[in-house]
Amino acid sequence: MKKIDLVIIGGGPAGLSAAKMAAESGLSSLIVERDYKVGGQLVKQTHMFFGSEKQYAKTRGIDIAKILVDDVLKYPKMIEIMTETTVVGLYKDKVVTLLQNEKYIKVQTNAIIIATGASEKVLAFENNDLPGIYGAGAVQTLMNVHGVLPGQDVVMVGSGNIGLIVSYQLIQAGVNVLCVLEAAKEIGGYKVHASKLKRLGVDIKTSHSIKKAVGKDYLEKIIIGKLDEQWNFIAGTEEELVVDSLCISVGLSPLSNLLSMIGTEMKYVSYLGGLVPLIDKNHETSIENVFVAGDVCGVEEASSAIVEGYLTGLVVAKKLGFIHPNYDELYLDFKAQLHNLRSGPFGEKLRLGLEEIMR
Amino acid sequence: MLNINGVPDKKLIMTRFPEKEYLIKPLAITECYEAIPCDPCSTSCPFDAIYIGEDINTPPIVDFGKCTGCGICVYNCPGLAIFIVQELDEKHARFKIPYELRPLPIKGETWSGVNRTGEIITEVLIEKVSLTDRQDKTALIQVLVPVEFINDFITIRRQI
Repeated sequence: MKKIDLVIIGGGPAGLSAAKMAAESGLSSLIVERDYKVGGQLVKQTHMFFGSEKQYAKTRGIDIAKILVDDVLKYPKMIEIMTETTVVGLYKDKVVTLLQNEKYIKVQTNAIIIATGASEKVLAFENNDLPGIYGAGAVQTLMNVHGVLPGQDVVMVGSGNIGLIVSYQLIQAGVNVLCVLEAAKEIGGYKVHASKLKRLGVDIKTSHSIKKAVGKDYLEKIIIGKLDEQWNFIAGTEEELVVDSLCISVGLSPLSNLLSMIGTEMKYVSYLGGLVPLIDKNHETSIENVFVAGDVCGVEEASSAIVEGYLTGLVVAKKLGFIHPNYDELYLDFKAQLHNLRSGPFGEKLRLGLEEIMR
Repeated sequence: MLNINGVPDKKLIMTRFPEKEYLIKPLAITECYEAIPCDPCSTSCPFDAIYIGEDINTPPIVDFGKCTGCGICVYNCPGLAIFIVQELDEKHARFKIPYELRPLPIKGETWSGVNRTGEIITEVLIEKVSLTDRQDKTALIQVLVPVEFINDFITIRRQI
């Protein structure tokens, strides 16, 4: 059996930062990533990030991924990366089982950081399985990673930051975005993103949603309608739009299945996106030496995932006896950064959600 | 209404413009009305003219006395929410705006001037296009706009 001090599940912003900070503290780790490369969702973010300099604000996501990966590659002897590898088993005695190239690998570890991120929520409506209907993340992967356009005429469902940003990126790629639909009465994401779209001529239709998709072998048109206060369609407000693609961006939910597998105490918290583990102030779950970082313990921005990764890497290393020379200073700094990122009105629901999972 | 369709109303826009007499020199207008966690405008300004402070959720305040209208904040703003404006003479205003679509305009071309609702309101002259490595793919476009649209103009669109 392979033996390693720390296994980090997920090579996105949280996992990479955790590995870096653990290595700086003197602790070796193994990053397990199911994709063919590390970087997580950052690799398809072509826009400049918000936040402050410490979280690489004003840098494009794709370049932040490069910075985080390069940081990890500086420790070739301490950080091992396994890509195209899936965790298929997680046990209380800290045995992790992996599947790589149809080969089954067992790893014995002392601590685990679960940094699996989140996945897109789906939306129920008639014919939502027609080809041409995508999640916003899939559209970004197609366009920004593989250089393939999803279609010519698109409607976006959801006006959170992802919906607004991906709409803008669709326009940059030369796609015609007919409109953005938002079921709520107000725009969900940052207004600067909304203003950017509006000045390009894209309408954001609040109190609107998709009623059904129409098409035989693929998406040909959609029927949209206006919603009342209870989010029911108002009769007679239906409108038909001819599109070849529909992009769904109605929120993310934490990928916490592995945590359920190992048996950590979980709670459903809608403010955090779904089922999340109870954690203490150092991100340790109800099972000793099993930690979490990033969207898996509450959906927020990549900036926070990076800082949570640093924080978790730092405390896990200390717990296993590897104390970073600047431990106290870094610990307070990471806590202060997270507080700063979450202290505005956009962080309100998140703050309430995080209170609910504190153990 | 900003929260409903992404368009700030005139009153809100005017809170970001200085008194008219200040506009004889180019100044940064920060159209960032919401408390979001972000501070690159402030940290990138070489003249310390944009104040945010410790809490990065605080919307920026421009010190129009210190601002030189250099345009560095314009391409450093992740929200593309800053532009530079100057009242050049009785007929013209000069803008420097961020632009992230391609192809880029070329100096000397006439493009459409667009307002915050996305409607074409006038014709504008492209005076200068800059895109250095430091700008990281966000071009800075200097445009000459009829002065009556000084509070309405926001971006350019290629004429068809």
